Amino acid sequence: MVNYSELDDTAQDLLREIGNIGTGNAVTALSSMVGHSFNVELPQVRIINYREAPELLGGAETFQTGILLEIGGELSGMFMFLLNEEFSKVMLDALLGPGDWDPVNMDEMCRSVICEVGNIVCCSYVNALARLMGIKIEVSVPDICSDMVGALLSVPMIHFANLSDELMLIENRFFTDKTAFTGHVLFLPEMESLEKMFSLLGI
Amino acid sequence: MKKCFHFLVYDMDKTVVGIAEGKVVRSPGELITYALGSCVGICLYDRTCSVAGMVHILLPYKKTAVNQSNPYKFADTGIIALVKDMERCGANVRRMTAKIAGGAKMFERSDTFKGEVDETQIGQRNVEAVREVLRELRIPIIADDTGDRLGRTITFSAETGQLTVKTVRWEWKKL
Repeated sequence: MVNYSELDDTAQDLLREIGNIGTGNAVTALSSMVGHSFNVELPQVRIINYREAPELLGGAETFQTGILLEIGGELSGMFMFLLNEEFSKVMLDALLGPGDWDPVNMDEMCRSVICEVGNIVCCSYVNALARLMGIKIEVSVPDICSDMVGALLSVPMIHFANLSDELMLIENRFFTDKTAFTGHVLFLPEMESLEKMFSLLGI
Repeated sequence: MKKCFHFLVYDMDKTVVGIAEGKVVRSPGELITYALGSCVGICLYDRTCSVAGMVHILLPYKKTAVNQSNPYKFADTGIIALVKDMERCGANVRRMTAKIAGGAKMFERSDTFKGEVDETQIGQRNVEAVREVLRELRIPIIADDTGDRLGRTITFSAETGQLTVKTVRWEWKKL
């Protein structure tokens, strides 16, 4: 069995690099989607215990929107993109026009817009992974839920509780002229996929 | 009294029950667990001696899991461990009543690559397992707030046996 925390520095650097490339792709895609550019800090890539995740995301009861994608094919696992109210508002303003958006009670239109944003962001990371490793990865239809972040995380947590207690968290801080906001990407590969990733990468 | 000191909190502050944890308090103590999604929070109460216990489980049955180290992770072993913890503090299983919350279906997930385990149903399967285990222990469920598509924070009072549920869309609901 492979655990994230057993990885040496080289392997962790490689994961960080996948995170960096994915963030780069995601920012480019988001910028062209909303029609103006974002600045982004160097992403923080961390390997954490799932119990720590809610705290790092602002506390278990913090309201966030999560977009969940399953990956299959040569690698299987889950990607989850989490965005806070501020981020959701910026996206809704940019894509549906300025308005008094309420991320807590989104209608079908808003949900599908945010879901698509999440889809694009997650797929940017999937592409980075696939390209770096020269493999094919399939992606499921994205699924969206807005609620307490702890409750959102219970879904991947339950799935992986059997196997491992760790997950990879990529934190991105975005800036526009007016605001700063944060988005998080969680990557949870199945255990055998993690092993495969490292053998493909020659670790 | 002395042998169960590590379970007891006399403080008025709420005792936090983390993920896959079980805790016991005496009146006037209060237990809280944050953001239950598909997990289930089981609250047991013995009114005669005002002992309250809460466990936050993730999965239905221990036997199906690969990593079995923590009994409080599972409905079956978690509830049994909690009952024992409470009995060590003077409670009696025959007097206990249960209130349960959680077991939501957070994501729709219609399209999945793995046919085997249907994640979307895990909340429901957790609730079913909890009901089954409580039935076997003959502990009646006197209130529940399960299923649906929302996260819940729950608090349970050892003084009154009242369960309070909070979500992001509605405020406190008392059970």
